Amino acid sequence: MNKENGVLDIKKIRKISLLNIMWQWETILLFIFIMVAIINSNLSPYFLDYTNLMNTTFNFIEKAIIALPMIFVIICGDIDISVASIIALSSVFMGMASQAGVNTFGLVAIGLFSGSAAGFLNGFIITKFGIPAIAVTLGSMSLFRGIAYVILGDKAFTKYPTSFAFFGQGYIGNTMIPFELILFFILAIIFGIILHKTTMGRRVFAIGNNSTAARFSGIPVNRIRLIIFTVTGLCSGLASILLTSRIGSTRPNIAYGWELEIITTVVLGGVAITGGKGNIFGVVISIFIIGFLKFGMGLINVPGKVMNIIIGLLLILAIMLPELLKRLKPKNSFSNIKK
Amino acid sequence: MKDLFRKREFNLFIFILFIIFGVSWRTPSFLYINNFVDILNDTAILSMVAIGQLMIIVTGGIDLSVGSSLALSGMSVALLNQYHPGIPIFMIILISIAIGLLLGSINGLLVSRAKIPPIITTLGTMSIYRGLVFVLCGGTWVSAHEMTEAFRVFPRRSFLGISSLIYLSILIVILFLIFLNLTRTGREIYGVGGNKIASQYVGINLKKIQYIVFTLCGGITGLAGFLWVARYAAAQSETAIGFELQTIAACVIGGVSITGGSGTIIGVVLGAFFMGIVYNALTMINVSPFWQMAIQGFIIIFAIIINTVMDKRNQQLMLRKRSFNE
Amino acid sequence: MNNCIIEMKGIKKYFYGVKALDGVDFKVRTGEVHALIGENGAGKSTLVKILTGVYQPTAGTIILNDKPVQFPSPQVSQKAGISAIHQEATMFPDLSVMENIFMGHHIRNKSNGLLSWREMKDKTQILLDKLELDIRPDTKVKNLSVAQRHMVEIAKALSLNAKVVIMDEPTSALTLREVEYLYKIIRKLKSEGKAIIFISHKFEEVFEIADYFTVLRDGKYIGEGTIADITVDKIVQMVIGRSLAQMYPKLEAEQGNIILKVENLSKIGVFKNISFDLHKGEILGFFGLVGAGRSEVMQTIFGIDTKTSGEVFIDGEKVYIANPSDAMNFGLAYLPEDRQIQGAILAMNIRENITLPIIDRTSRHIFLDRNREFEITDEYGKYIEIKASGWEQLVEDLSGGNQQKVVLAKWIATKPRILIMDEPTKGIDIATKATVHNFISELAKKGIAIILISSELPEILGMSNNVIVMHEGVITAKFTREGANSKKIIRAAIGSISK
Repeated sequence: MNKENGVLDIKKIRKISLLNIMWQWETILLFIFIMVAIINSNLSPYFLDYTNLMNTTFNFIEKAIIALPMIFVIICGDIDISVASIIALSSVFMGMASQAGVNTFGLVAIGLFSGSAAGFLNGFIITKFGIPAIAVTLGSMSLFRGIAYVILGDKAFTKYPTSFAFFGQGYIGNTMIPFELILFFILAIIFGIILHKTTMGRRVFAIGNNSTAARFSGIPVNRIRLIIFTVTGLCSGLASILLTSRIGSTRPNIAYGWELEIITTVVLGGVAITGGKGNIFGVVISIFIIGFLKFGMGLINVPGKVMNIIIGLLLILAIMLPELLKRLKPKNSFSNIKK
Repeated sequence: MKDLFRKREFNLFIFILFIIFGVSWRTPSFLYINNFVDILNDTAILSMVAIGQLMIIVTGGIDLSVGSSLALSGMSVALLNQYHPGIPIFMIILISIAIGLLLGSINGLLVSRAKIPPIITTLGTMSIYRGLVFVLCGGTWVSAHEMTEAFRVFPRRSFLGISSLIYLSILIVILFLIFLNLTRTGREIYGVGGNKIASQYVGINLKKIQYIVFTLCGGITGLAGFLWVARYAAAQSETAIGFELQTIAACVIGGVSITGGSGTIIGVVLGAFFMGIVYNALTMINVSPFWQMAIQGFIIIFAIIINTVMDKRNQQLMLRKRSFNE
Repeated sequence: MNNCIIEMKGIKKYFYGVKALDGVDFKVRTGEVHALIGENGAGKSTLVKILTGVYQPTAGTIILNDKPVQFPSPQVSQKAGISAIHQEATMFPDLSVMENIFMGHHIRNKSNGLLSWREMKDKTQILLDKLELDIRPDTKVKNLSVAQRHMVEIAKALSLNAKVVIMDEPTSALTLREVEYLYKIIRKLKSEGKAIIFISHKFEEVFEIADYFTVLRDGKYIGEGTIADITVDKIVQMVIGRSLAQMYPKLEAEQGNIILKVENLSKIGVFKNISFDLHKGEILGFFGLVGAGRSEVMQTIFGIDTKTSGEVFIDGEKVYIANPSDAMNFGLAYLPEDRQIQGAILAMNIRENITLPIIDRTSRHIFLDRNREFEITDEYGKYIEIKASGWEQLVEDLSGGNQQKVVLAKWIATKPRILIMDEPTKGIDIATKATVHNFISELAKKGIAIILISSELPEILGMSNNVIVMHEGVITAKFTREGANSKKIIRAAIGSISK
């Protein structure tokens, strides 16, 4: 049974190496990011052009803005797959209001409010009845987009005030930096500080690691989850404002399937799908990896559905990687011990 | 028999009768036997795939990729039929099942071997399989006139006034009733979902069970893929988009616990039938089809809440009963 | 020895470097009831899990019928004729009684290979009749009481026709009548030539039913022998390694005013009409069997569960506690029973664990202040003598005893006036246990009112000023320290003097 003694050592080794991997995850992401950037600049000489680079970000910043609260949702051990449907719902409400002559300020208020309300509804049902988030948001995903279809049918809202276009199309002064991008960075800093520097963040990690112990320690677990779902709704509403403003129209299938890409981004960024672990920096890099990857594929005319294959593969590989490395490590150590 | 109509299933059954009477009071044509055969035809595919979904949910998982796998197997056999019209129909059926089994087993391997949570696995394969449909057809359609007569007509072929589609779905229901209730593996599915640790103690192989449920669900979905494209005489990259939600809805309405461990085939079939009736009734009373999605979402949430509340109420009743016995 | 059915030699089991078992020898003969004795955390359950194939030993051999064997999975062990009634819930709540009994070895019809529910139902009925259990085979297990569930587990082991039956604390939730019946079953199995491994830390039971014993302490083999040749005192000595007087520091805390008063607290189906007073500096012991409702009462007072009726007074004022954070504001702290699930957050470090309930106090407004967290952790960590490589060490890497100290430090740091401790020494090593006991006394001396829930009679007798005994959700007896003895307490706990 000498071999069994070896197992103990391996467990230690595995622990250390796992820690290393976690520590290095952001490094790996940075490396991938640089790879993607190099490939892209080879594909198109214009990629690294300042203006072009800035404009590329329009394609993924709205998703990125939802990815930020989604980090909190997933660290808490929950999931929200209704975010894309909330975009549709908010967009339709804004469209209706715009049709009725509401001004830009009013539209923004409606977008933010309807998003928060939808998120609150999710959180309320989840926490009030103790139902798994996946089940509830699966239902509301269908409900919210369904309401968009009921209101719009096969029509579209296309009439928006000219000033409304700023949010999704505007730049900061003469800098050619999109308003969306700046907004995202501000939000990323705020969310990052909340997650890593405040009591709220500490509580979120505690809930994700062990919600029972968290509750026993006096943390209002359900209230915090409710807040997080509401904020996720709020950010979805915000994303809806940006997206609607950018494309200048609302159809019920707007942002269809975005939830997949958002969750993929968060998971690729190193947030554990089982909760309790993650950091904002990894997710921010991962946002730009996926964004530029898709842009690169666009350059060589890869159709959207095919891009989704890559995103799907990326999601599965990202989750499999730690498990794979874990499996490879002990084997190596075993052979070393045998020798 | 008592077991068949225990509580939830029975309640649902009563509720269905209630809706039938309600709608037929306004629209008598709802009660025509033809209309019911139509509803059965419309819900046959849903019932079949929902049974696959049931097995996965009972183990504590979920399969979001069924819509995409259905489309992929359907598209594959439609293309096969278009370019090799000589292949007999039973071969087509076998091939569609085989493709489904393959797609399901990929899910199963990722969940059981690579230990990726089912929701993430199938969220990923949902877009991979859907993307492959697009790659296969290049964004174009396979339409009615490109399919052979035998292919197109198969689901509608009837015997004693009932279509082969309905016969097939009844066959699936019976097969899986036997599998889930009268085989060890079938019962072990419930064991795994009920208590993972306890099932390990009694020697149930968790990985094997996870692999089996995903693969079997895939097989059913594959068959459903052929039936779908043949029945609607069209295969395209958007086929059955969002169908996974309908199968989950049928399960939830049928009283399947979303956290695993309990759920019956009878419940799921009733759940599917319930959805069929609701959609049919909506058309009958002239509600726009755009309502479908919203109503489906509403029903899912409503059914889960009702199930959870009823469960808690039942448990409290039992506690109360026990304390009175003292 | 030829009639040895099972022999385990030099069994070692390490968990992340913690020695759960350290060279244990254990042999069981056919037709004997073999008591495996030791305190919580002595390694009994770990040994059983190795024998049933749940854990793999780090080192050591298992010999079954003179042949060395390995049990890589529970199924292999089961096939070899070893069957266990585990301590934890190993039931399928949504499934029927008969299915729980036959899960993993469903009976199949010989002609068509399909399951034969009728046969299983008949066999279940026979088993239930044999155990005089008045439940239907198709009742769902989630609708059974704790005791009934336990009997179903026993029925399950019987259905397996095992040669070796392991019973891990089988009597902990049973009534006196059920215990008597269990003994009858055990004697019957013995006469059929079966070996029974009987795990218990209750000596009365051991002397009543067992023929032979093996003692474990701190994961080590201490000794074995025939029950007929040994006295209770000797066994106690072997089990705890010292006398009782040494273990429990006598306390001379002065008792003050009533600080907590509970009146007619009830939660339907769980507990009923619970009333008691708690004084400053008092240690109030709560004794009872598993499922007596002690933890539920305390969790209700602490705001984790909701009450149906009744009142709670603190300092004579009626208070409404809706959640744990309200309770903490009133100076309550609750050290939960299950430290790994309810107590500590294993994947977080010591500093983060200890400061979790007081995070608002250690932070500047909403912003974390790691230095202040470190100071507080250092203060309480040193006070409670947590052994760790540093305060940034993850709690999951600590030993059970040190994990418990972290949870204790976490609650002491809230500066409670009323400290409820639910099985504070369950499953920790003897040295830590002594530290914890010293600690409890010291806190009481400082005037903190303490409620001590324990299932260990010596602990209750050794530590408490007053003892309350619960049985099936009601208080069946109250004793002063002088008026309490083990016999009276046990009788109240099994309900024989209730109502």
